[in-house]
Amino acid sequence: MSSFWSIWISVITLGSILGCYLLLRWCLQNHTGIKEGDDMHHEFDGIVELNNQLPRWWTILFYICIVWGLVYLVLYPGLGNYKGLWNWQSSNQTIKSLAESRAAVEANKTNGVINQYDREVEFANELFAPIFDNYYKQPITELVKDAEALKIGQRLFSQNCSQCHGSDARGQRGFPNLTDDDWLYGGTPEKITETLINGRQALMPAQLDAMGEKGIQELVAYVLSLSDRPDLDQAQVDAGQARFAICAACHGQDGKGNQQLGAPNLTDQTWLYGGTNKAITETLTYGRNGVMPSFKDTLGEKKIHLVGAYVYSLSQKN
Amino acid sequence: MSEAIQVHPEYNYKVVRQFAVMTVVWGIIGMAVGVLIAAQLYWPALNFDTPWLTFSRLRPLHTNAVIFAFGGCALFATSFYVVQRTSNVRLFSDKLASFTFWGWQLVIVLAAITLPMGLTSTKEYGELEWPIDILITIVWLAYIINFFGTMIIRKVSHIYVANWFFGAFMLTVAVLHIANSMAVPVSLTKSYSVYAGAVDAMIQWWYGHNAVGFFLTAGFLGMMYYFVPKQAGRPVYSYRLSVVHFWALISLYIWAGPHHLHYTALPDWTQSLGMVMSIILFVPSWGGMINGIMTLSGAWHKLRTDPILRFLVVSLSFYGMSTFEGPMMAIKTVNALSHYTDWTIGHVHSGALGWVAMVSIGSIYHLIPVLFNKERMHSIYLINVHFWLATIGTVLYIVAMWMSGVLQGLMWRAINADGTLTYSFVESLEASKPFYLVRFIGGALFLVGMLLMAYNVYKTIRNENEDVVEPTAQPA
Repeated sequence: MSSFWSIWISVITLGSILGCYLLLRWCLQNHTGIKEGDDMHHEFDGIVELNNQLPRWWTILFYICIVWGLVYLVLYPGLGNYKGLWNWQSSNQTIKSLAESRAAVEANKTNGVINQYDREVEFANELFAPIFDNYYKQPITELVKDAEALKIGQRLFSQNCSQCHGSDARGQRGFPNLTDDDWLYGGTPEKITETLINGRQALMPAQLDAMGEKGIQELVAYVLSLSDRPDLDQAQVDAGQARFAICAACHGQDGKGNQQLGAPNLTDQTWLYGGTNKAITETLTYGRNGVMPSFKDTLGEKKIHLVGAYVYSLSQKN
Repeated sequence: MSEAIQVHPEYNYKVVRQFAVMTVVWGIIGMAVGVLIAAQLYWPALNFDTPWLTFSRLRPLHTNAVIFAFGGCALFATSFYVVQRTSNVRLFSDKLASFTFWGWQLVIVLAAITLPMGLTSTKEYGELEWPIDILITIVWLAYIINFFGTMIIRKVSHIYVANWFFGAFMLTVAVLHIANSMAVPVSLTKSYSVYAGAVDAMIQWWYGHNAVGFFLTAGFLGMMYYFVPKQAGRPVYSYRLSVVHFWALISLYIWAGPHHLHYTALPDWTQSLGMVMSIILFVPSWGGMINGIMTLSGAWHKLRTDPILRFLVVSLSFYGMSTFEGPMMAIKTVNALSHYTDWTIGHVHSGALGWVAMVSIGSIYHLIPVLFNKERMHSIYLINVHFWLATIGTVLYIVAMWMSGVLQGLMWRAINADGTLTYSFVESLEASKPFYLVRFIGGALFLVGMLLMAYNVYKTIRNENEDVVEPTAQPA
């Protein structure tokens, strides 16, 4: 902020507090010309006012609060650009990216700033890092046998993943069930951690322009036939099969999908966006854009290792 | 009593009567919506899968109805009454008074229609869309002109302290409302705030906290300064205390908004100032409470027989309690625990039910017989029942929310030995559930009291004086 605003803020802040102090001093003296304890010689609809002195304990309380306020404003930021004697700040408030954040954290180590957020994070890291370092040394296939490790993984999951995948990890429409051993991108420990670290960006292109509404209906019929759905119009199924070549590029000739691309298997009963005629029509008409965010920067690979172990364990029970 | 003036000009009681009766009506409606949404938090099925019955749409209806419909009507009624009585002159303009009444009722009806429809500018306590905001501004200006006009033509030399507070309240609310509602309309029912990001948040809470500070505090202190000495029949304790606490209160309150945005993107210096001023504000707030309660010295025995006075005194106690609690919650360290929890809801209601509603109820009970030319309220017994329902209801409400809020705050911050959070959000919600039932019961008790009040007011207005029974009761 410019020095004009900084001075402006400081002047009206200190002016307000000083004003309260002077007002208090002034009212402590009797300027009314009326004897203390007497009534004020004016009357409003039968109400009169007494000229009583301010209560002493209340006056002292006022002084204490004013002094405390001034002390706080000397120690902490408050008066415009003034940083306070302690050079305290709540967090790196001006950063706009993780990169800037990291740079600010480094800079704060040497420039004498007390950054509350940095300090709390540093404290937490020092306290908890050894736990995660230790687990990171063990492969996920070993961790699934360690009840305590899975418990930590589950807690991390419920705080970071359950918003989409549900607290029981069974997913919801648009967010895969992680317990059924049916995998879009692969269910090995390596693949699961890869998904967590880098995230995934799925793309099912919209087909309305290419196929037209009729074409989409035929494709829907064929897709439904892949999972042996009853009561289908065989002519439509055949017409759909002829159109399926373009779909086969990702979903495969047999419709069994491709984990390299994250293309779902269309022949089973697992449907990410619903398996009704209506839902599949919608998927084909408008396309789908599934996003699994990357957790590399937010959780870090060591915590992801434990989340991965937990997710992996979910489909290993049966 | 030297310059006591016994000549009574023809006061405009019509607008006071209108607002006084509507205070009771909107009080019941606003609180009934509150009880419904409190019930929905315990029995979620009560929204009947109907969009306009959902918590999200009825919550702003509840807050707007109790603050601006119930509280607003109480302020209009009492300020129009007090300014006439203490200035010894009829209102400056009857036409403006009538316009203020009907204009305000139109605002309330429009709010009651648009908020359940989901039309909202999304600014808390300022949700109404821009056409209604403009209407509010016009009605408010008519109110200001009328009030200050009456003070200018007053027949007494000084301005009574109640009118200082009423005047400060209406001027500041005008500034707050206009600044906060600045928006770019894109259609008749949709607009976007002209402010962006942290500035928008700061303007929102500058408005939001001063809706509390000036609408719900300064205005009601004006009410207190007339009805407490009047009902107690005692002189105001200290004129000099009035002076110091008035100026300190209005100069400090305007700073307090940032304490709603602790540990957010708001710059640190702004947060600090909000906290410092909030804490100093504690002292002038208590100045008002002291002046009210000390006014009763020599009249404490009246509490035994006069439930109206009881309402007024208990309202001052709740005022003192919430103005201690507020500054405490504004301290960053305390706020880190209390923010976003039910504690905040409890704090608001200890002010809204305990202070604002109780002082209004007491004042309206004082007013109704005067306005309708009756000796006293139809049933003093029912006022007493109302008093106990309101007090017990308020205590149940705020204690439930304190417990729920502190529990939530502690559960949200609890961590395991590995640094992960101990509880998921839904677990804290489960822990709060029993308290939601208690809160619902507390709110329902308060509402039942309001229904008794409506009955009592109705009977008072309709009854002839000779119908009045209970000879032992004290007239107001």
